Formats: sequence, C-alpha cells, structure tokens
Amino acid sequence: MADAHHSSEHADWPDRIHAVFKKYNVRQLGHVPDTGHTRLIALCAQDNEIKDVVLTSEAEGPGLVLGATLGGERAALLMQSSGVGNCINTFSVLQNCAAPVVLIVTMRGEFNDFNPWQRPMGKITEETLKLCGFHVYRVDEEKDVEPVAAAACDMAYNGNFQVAILLSQRMINRMPGAH
Amino acid sequence: MLDRREFVARLLKDRGDLMVLTGLGTATFDVASQGDNPLNFYIWSGMGCTAMVGLGLALARPDRRVVVITGDGDVLMALGSLATIGAKQPKNLSIVCIDNAVYAATGMQPTATGAGCDLAATARACGFKQVMAPTDIAEADTLRPLLHSGPGPLFIHARVSNAKHERVIPTRDGYGMKHRFLEASGLKAMF
Repeated sequence: MADAHHSSEHADWPDRIHAVFKKYNVRQLGHVPDTGHTRLIALCAQDNEIKDVVLTSEAEGPGLVLGATLGGERAALLMQSSGVGNCINTFSVLQNCAAPVVLIVTMRGEFNDFNPWQRPMGKITEETLKLCGFHVYRVDEEKDVEPVAAAACDMAYNGNFQVAILLSQRMINRMPGAH
Repeated sequence: MLDRREFVARLLKDRGDLMVLTGLGTATFDVASQGDNPLNFYIWSGMGCTAMVGLGLALARPDRRVVVITGDGDVLMALGSLATIGAKQPKNLSIVCIDNAVYAATGMQPTATGAGCDLAATARACGFKQVMAPTDIAEADTLRPLLHSGPGPLFIHARVSNAKHERVIPTRDGYGMKHRFLEASGLKAMF
C-alpha cells in the first residue's frame, strides 16, 4: 500500500459521519488532528456550512461547544483518545449548562499501535468519559458507524446530553508508525 | 494602575445588547457589581475556557458583539486559546483581561504576569487585530466604543491594582443562565 499511513482516507465512514452531521445541522466543529480523523476533518473544513476550529489543545473544545450552544448552534468535537485526558476539567462546563455535544474519539493504544506510551491513556479513555458525564458508544465495525453517529446526534442535540463515540483502533486500521 | 471595578464599570456603560462572558474569579464579581443582566454569562468552572466560549459564541452570532471579561489567571491557564482565536479572526470578539498579577480568589499568590509575562504582547503575537493596554482610567471611555464596533479580535490588557472591592456573587445556575441568555438574545430556548 503506497499510502498505508492514511488508510482511513480510503474508507467511507468519515463521509457517513459528515452526512450525519449535516442531517443534524452541526454548525461548529472543534478538532485536534489525528490520522484517523484526516478525511472527516477535510470534509468539514471544505463545508461552507460548518465552521471548523483547529484547537491548540483538546481542553479548548468544551468552551467552544458551550459558546456555540449560547449562540444557538450545534457543535461537535474530534480528537484522539489521548486528548480526552486533556479535557477532564473543561468537560465540566458542558454538564453544568446541559450543553449538547457529540465527541468522536479515535482510539490509540489498543491495537497494533506502534507507540506503547499511548496505552495508559487509551486504556482509561472510556471510563474517563463516563466519569465526566458522557454517554459512551464504542464502534468496532464500519457498518455501525452511521447508525451510532445518528443515534448519538439525536441523543445529544435533542436531549442536551454529552455523547462520545469511540472508534476502535482496529476498525480505523491504523498502520504502524501513524499518529 | 487602574481600579478594576471602575474600569469595568466604564467599559460596560450603556452596554446595550452587548453579550458579556466572565471567567472564574474576581472578574465575575466586577461585572456582577454593575447589575445582573440576562446577556451576562458567568462561567464557574473549567478555568481557562472563557476565551473559547467567547469564540464559539462569536462564530455562532456574527450579528452580535461578544466581550469576554476575565483575569490573568484564566488567560494564562489556556494561552493557546489566544492562538486559536488569532487563527480564526472573529471580527466581533473582544477579550478584556483584568490583570492584577495575582490569583486574588485563592490568597493573592503571584501569577506569571508579575514576573514579566506580557499578555498584550502575547495577544499581538497571536494575531489579534487590535491590542490596547490602557494605563489611565479615562482611556476606558475611548475603548468602550471599540467593544461595540471596532474590528476584532480585540484584546484589552488592563493592569489593575489590588484595591479591595465587595464580592458581588451572581447566579451560579448554569442551566438557568443558558436559557435566559438564549431568550434575551432573540433565540428561543431551543436547547
């Protein structure tokens, strides 16, 4: 494979998440890059109806979401599992204000990750999100991406919940050496 | 050194439909001392996030003016957010940093600004369109119109004294504040 580090660019699950975001009228997207998010970030950045914000730290994301909520817009966040740890304190503003968010997390440290130092945070990502008040759905199969994304959007934006989707590292098929 | 409460009072005079977000700490008491307002939103957790709440709101409401009033401790905790804002260039966002060089709420421990960190220079380096560093209280009157119509992002760096002021504690009900803010800003309580 000539472009093995970016195998997710050839899968169509990012397109399906983008379509779900459009259906649910998501208007702001905060993100810190990850190889697994490459195509979804590009799709949203090219979309004139979605304002994408490159964050210097994932910890900035919950503030952006609260601001969007106060302005009447729906917001989503993209990050990798290591970024979840950076947000623990700022996630609190979402619970305190019942500000809805869909958080899509690409997992690190769980399958074929060349960097063993990703393991400690990857191991506690799901529990951390639950402790922070999120409803968490894990996706291991590509066929589940679209229905889970739609269910997450419905729960978040129609119920004022914080909902996270964990995309398994095996599904993303991250190749050794990719970040 | 400016008196923080008088400075904030002068900035918020005749505020009209200005949307005002305040950060965790004494800046909230300064704004609340000027009277509660449904277009005030006081942030009581997630220290460091105030500027980013301002960005999300400014992007969602390009038809309105958004002002973040917060302290040096809050800004220092998330300096990267100044770079994020500089990259997005929201024309309708202003950040007013009330810099007393200490963490006043927790016992006056010194912050990095007292040791030389210049937040105005930081904002300039991050690409803020206008950066002002008033040294005379009368400058508040010339800065006030910029909050309403000046091209942003604007950063006002106000070095203030540590004169004691009354702690005016406003509502801490985030859910209630969200609803009243949405209603007062012309949006139905849609969330």
